[in-house]
Amino acid sequence: MLLEVKDLHAGIDGKEILKGLNLQVKKGEVHAIMGPNGSGKSTLSKVLAGHPSYGVISGEVLYEGKNLLELEPDERAREGVFMAFQYPVEVPGVSNSQFLRLAYNQKALHHGREELDPLEFNDYLKEKAKIVDMDPQFFKRSVNEGFSGGEKKRNEILQMAVLEPKLAILDETDSGLDIDALRIVAEGVNKLRSPDNAIILVTHYQRLLNFIVPDMVHVLANGRIVKEGGKELALELEEKGYDWVKGAANAN
Amino acid sequence: MTSSTATTQTVFAEQFREFIKGETNDAVRAMREQAFASFTASGFPTPKNEDWKYTNVASLVSGQWSVACGQSQELTPADVEIARRFGVDRNGFAALNLAFGEIKVIRIAKDTSIAEPFELNFAAAENTAIFPHILVIAETGSKATIIESYASQTKSFTNAAVQVIVEDNASVTHYRVQKDGAEAFNIGTTEVSLGRDSRYDSTNINLGAAISRHDIDLKFTAEGGEAWVDGLYMLGGRQHSDTHSVIDHTVPNCVSHQTYKGVLNDHSRGVFNGKVFVRENAHGTDAQQSNKNLLLSNDARVDTKPQLEIFNDDVKCSHGATVGQLEEEELFYLLTRGLPETLAKNLLTYGFAEAIIRKIGIESIKTDLDAAVLNRLSVKLEV
Ligand SMILES: Nc1ncnc2c1ncn2[C@@H]1O[C@H](COP(=O)(O)OP(=O)(O)O)[C@@H](O)[C@H]1O
Ligand SMILES: [Mg+2]
Repeated sequence: MLLEVKDLHAGIDGKEILKGLNLQVKKGEVHAIMGPNGSGKSTLSKVLAGHPSYGVISGEVLYEGKNLLELEPDERAREGVFMAFQYPVEVPGVSNSQFLRLAYNQKALHHGREELDPLEFNDYLKEKAKIVDMDPQFFKRSVNEGFSGGEKKRNEILQMAVLEPKLAILDETDSGLDIDALRIVAEGVNKLRSPDNAIILVTHYQRLLNFIVPDMVHVLANGRIVKEGGKELALELEEKGYDWVKGAANAN
Repeated sequence: MTSSTATTQTVFAEQFREFIKGETNDAVRAMREQAFASFTASGFPTPKNEDWKYTNVASLVSGQWSVACGQSQELTPADVEIARRFGVDRNGFAALNLAFGEIKVIRIAKDTSIAEPFELNFAAAENTAIFPHILVIAETGSKATIIESYASQTKSFTNAAVQVIVEDNASVTHYRVQKDGAEAFNIGTTEVSLGRDSRYDSTNINLGAAISRHDIDLKFTAEGGEAWVDGLYMLGGRQHSDTHSVIDHTVPNCVSHQTYKGVLNDHSRGVFNGKVFVRENAHGTDAQQSNKNLLLSNDARVDTKPQLEIFNDDVKCSHGATVGQLEEEELFYLLTRGLPETLAKNLLTYGFAEAIIRKIGIESIKTDLDAAVLNRLSVKLEV
């Protein structure tokens, strides 16, 4: 098991948002977590990535059998956890390629692999950029600064491609994308899918799942998984709307 | 006045008596004597003086400095006329500068464009005081770049002045880079006047010195001028850096931009005082000013005072100052990409400072400054 979330209660500022969440993810799998706005999807993503503002009240998160929650966010990243942000952050003054090379090399160093010099890295980056059809002019630009919403999301997937995580959590990577951009991003994610990694797709809408077909769908409502199933569940949800599951959440 | 500053003044007075004997140009001698008289009358500024409230120069003025003055160049009456206009009544330092000033003139002839920058490098030897005084006259329609840099390695006192006259349709790019050693004192004054449709673009970088103070005084004298007065101070240890800037819109339809950034670590202290005046008849003025500071330590401190004084309604003005820490969300973002916390913080700090360095149009200076900043932050970032 790559990731095991057991009865997780977590929140922010003393407010409980996740109220007993369970999730199991194996290598090679793609899981979709769907839920209405405010159901706790981003909270789950940030707790897994280690955001300092979110507190775990009780429960357990095991990553490769070890306690993930005791690792700092940067340690989690170097161990192979990656989160694509719903709202990627702008980092003025630091170029994309500088930033990515630092990140790449920190991870390489941690795993006893060779660091790449700027030239080597540039070649590596160019290859990876093809995955999301990204123009190399974006390498020189400050991280996300002045990028459109779609470019930011693409940049997140480029980072994923460069860092080759074992567990990628993509928080609403589809939101704010037009259909062409959605297709590019989705195809990128499909190319990065492998038997050695797992992907958690966090999304509000079903449409992303037409492009990236999940192995499992979990429906989150009011801080709990209220329904689980195969890829058909997403379609059923699309048809019946979130009210269908909200009832289930409140009944609990 | 404390007895030690009195002694310092006496020491300067003795040196001035010797120095002035060598002055062969009558007009220049008169100018220097007047300047020295002004210095004698005002003495060195103390924190009682409003403009020096946050910058105590006691440790500087108590030093015994031996004046190290090279030969000024031969000045034409026109040059002398310009030098005489230098504001010696600003404070004792300015007066002392003109009294001893090692005057050099850079005159860019009408309608000539000089691609190669003029490089002026200054470094004072141990326990000496130097008084560079540069006149830059960009004649009508000319174009030039000035690089003024300071790199004193030891305990020393630099007291410099630059007068820039940008005539009609002329354009001057001015880089001032102060990288003095940690024991040095650096006092500088920049006076700029802009003619019709002229352009002045300056970037002022302060990385060094124990105490540094930079006074900038920029005046639009005819319509259509545009000026950038940007800067960065990046301080650590017990460094103190003070920038006092005055941008004076005395005529209509001029544009000024000012972005100053500060990065303060350890026990360092920064001061930014930026006045922008928009005078009564200066309609159509566009003036923007901002001063942003990043405090990296609880013991660091900054006093910032952007002041906008507007006496005309038909203007577009904005100003603001911030003092803060690194953004938590930016930091978290970098951490989630595997950068250790210290590296992530240093990278964000670099990014903050880089916004100023970025605009430097000369690759060698930019690279050099990037390296200096990164080195201070211990970030390895070649690209
Ligand atoms: N920083 C915060 N402070 C207070 N409440 C928050 C904060 N972030 C999220 N919440 C609340 O937590 C709940 C879940 O939010 P979130 O995890 O962002 O949901 P989703 O991503 O599913 O839309 C919402 O009720 C939201 O208002
Ligand atoms: Mg969300």
